[in-house]
Amino acid sequence: MPKSRDIRALPGLKWFSLGFFVYLYLPLLILVIFSFNATKSATVWGGFSLDWYAKALANDDIRRAAWNSLVIATTATVFSTTMATMAALSLTRNKSLPRKPLFNGMLLLPLMVPEIVTAVATLTLFATIGLSLGLGNIIIAHTVFCIPFAYLPIRARLQGMDESLETAARDLYASKWATLRFVTLPLLAPGIVSGAMLAFIISIDDFIITLMVAEAGSTTLPIYIYSLVRIGITPEVNAVSTVLLIISIFFVTLSYLVEKRGKF
Amino acid sequence: MQRIRTFAGIAPATIMVVCFMLLPILIIVVYSFLEKNPYGGVRPELSFEAYSRLLLERDFDDNLSFNPSYLLILFRSIWVAAVSVAACVLIGFPVAYYIAMQPAERRNLLILLITIPFWTNLLIRTYCWILVLRDTGLINEMLLSLGVIQSPIPLLYTEGAIILGLIYTYVPFMVLPIYASLERLDVRLIEASRDLYASRIGALRHVVVPLSLPGIVAGSILVFIPCLGAFIAPELLGGGKNLMLGSLVQLQFSTSRDWPFGSALSVVIMIVVMLALLFYARNARNSGTELVH
Repeated sequence: MPKSRDIRALPGLKWFSLGFFVYLYLPLLILVIFSFNATKSATVWGGFSLDWYAKALANDDIRRAAWNSLVIATTATVFSTTMATMAALSLTRNKSLPRKPLFNGMLLLPLMVPEIVTAVATLTLFATIGLSLGLGNIIIAHTVFCIPFAYLPIRARLQGMDESLETAARDLYASKWATLRFVTLPLLAPGIVSGAMLAFIISIDDFIITLMVAEAGSTTLPIYIYSLVRIGITPEVNAVSTVLLIISIFFVTLSYLVEKRGKF
Repeated sequence: MQRIRTFAGIAPATIMVVCFMLLPILIIVVYSFLEKNPYGGVRPELSFEAYSRLLLERDFDDNLSFNPSYLLILFRSIWVAAVSVAACVLIGFPVAYYIAMQPAERRNLLILLITIPFWTNLLIRTYCWILVLRDTGLINEMLLSLGVIQSPIPLLYTEGAIILGLIYTYVPFMVLPIYASLERLDVRLIEASRDLYASRIGALRHVVVPLSLPGIVAGSILVFIPCLGAFIAPELLGGGKNLMLGSLVQLQFSTSRDWPFGSALSVVIMIVVMLALLFYARNARNSGTELVH
């Protein structure tokens, strides 16, 4: 360790931080461990078993909710990432655009409004105009709040990209579309992938907005888990939650790795 | 031509946000000034009833009297959010400081470890705490078997449980901005202060903390906003017993069917949030850092 680091060291900091990471992960670990518990108890270990996973998998309601979640998250991810990519390209590659901060702020608006307000406001709009598209309502709501999550990594990537490559392509008589297709987009790909993954996680994990906007029959996985938890805890919840947890962790880690590898 | 293409690129995302985010918010602002329809929805007649209900109660004889119960909920929500923010600073600052001291490779790994829980399901993370806190949960069982207590102590369904859940959920929002400002910190400044006989604590107090203030303020706003409208933690860990703003708003649009009142509450939340953001923007301009670059 270089000497300059030592000067900042404080006693006990290491143990405090270690304790913090334990605090951060221990509850999640408990959940995962007890999802493999053979008995119904959430405190007494009764041996390893996959029973609760089998039970959850055999449960029609859970399967339907999982399917809904998947359809919503995939569609919302495709829509929001496409729109975010187009917006990011136009906003960063055009120097003379008027009112740039306004557009930027607009795209980031969903981050600044508390979720509960977004939830009831969207519900009010849908009820007022009488929009009733089943899963479509949820997809629209999810697309909107996924836009900033897709937009930020894509914009960050674009801002860090060397524009001279695009200029070179244009100098070599590539058309605008050819430059976009063969130079810009391949270079931008890590940003787009990373943004899409974040949008996917945000959508599949959303609870409060979906709760308010969902019509009868459009139950998603988080809503189903919530209804189970309210009734009382069953180990099935642990199993379903663990699966959702693993999906999220998988995608975040992948998004991180893609972004890291994409740096040059 | 160039400009048309640019606008065509921005249009879909912007239209989406304007139609399904900005417009809905404007609608609830309007609804908060309308009369309620007992069957749900609103009647198009101007009324300030929703806002007066925040403070006043109308009895059967149509007399208005002061009713502090909603005001109490508002203050309790702000209080719980503020305590959570304070606790997040106390926990987040040392951790951010520790991470900033690590070599680059380890730093990135630790930051990833901080962000992973942030991206995992809020509901599930809160649910984990039920497993830990309930009467037959980890803590109580452990204390019972150690003989420290004779009967389980009620940990779940308390205000403390709500705050614990909120801290757990939002502390990454605090660590990340503080880390960002500490990472940029010039180590030579600390060296200089130590050379001038500042103690470790003195250097921390007079050099490190003031320079990381923008990160602390940014983190506080990022934690405060979601805590104020929190729904899951109060419902699951507070057991709906300690009603908070988020649950109150949700109730108005589900069981209570009082849209104007729910809208008025949402407007109040948004005003508090906007004040927090304005406070932040003023601070950021003075110190040259921005929340969203």
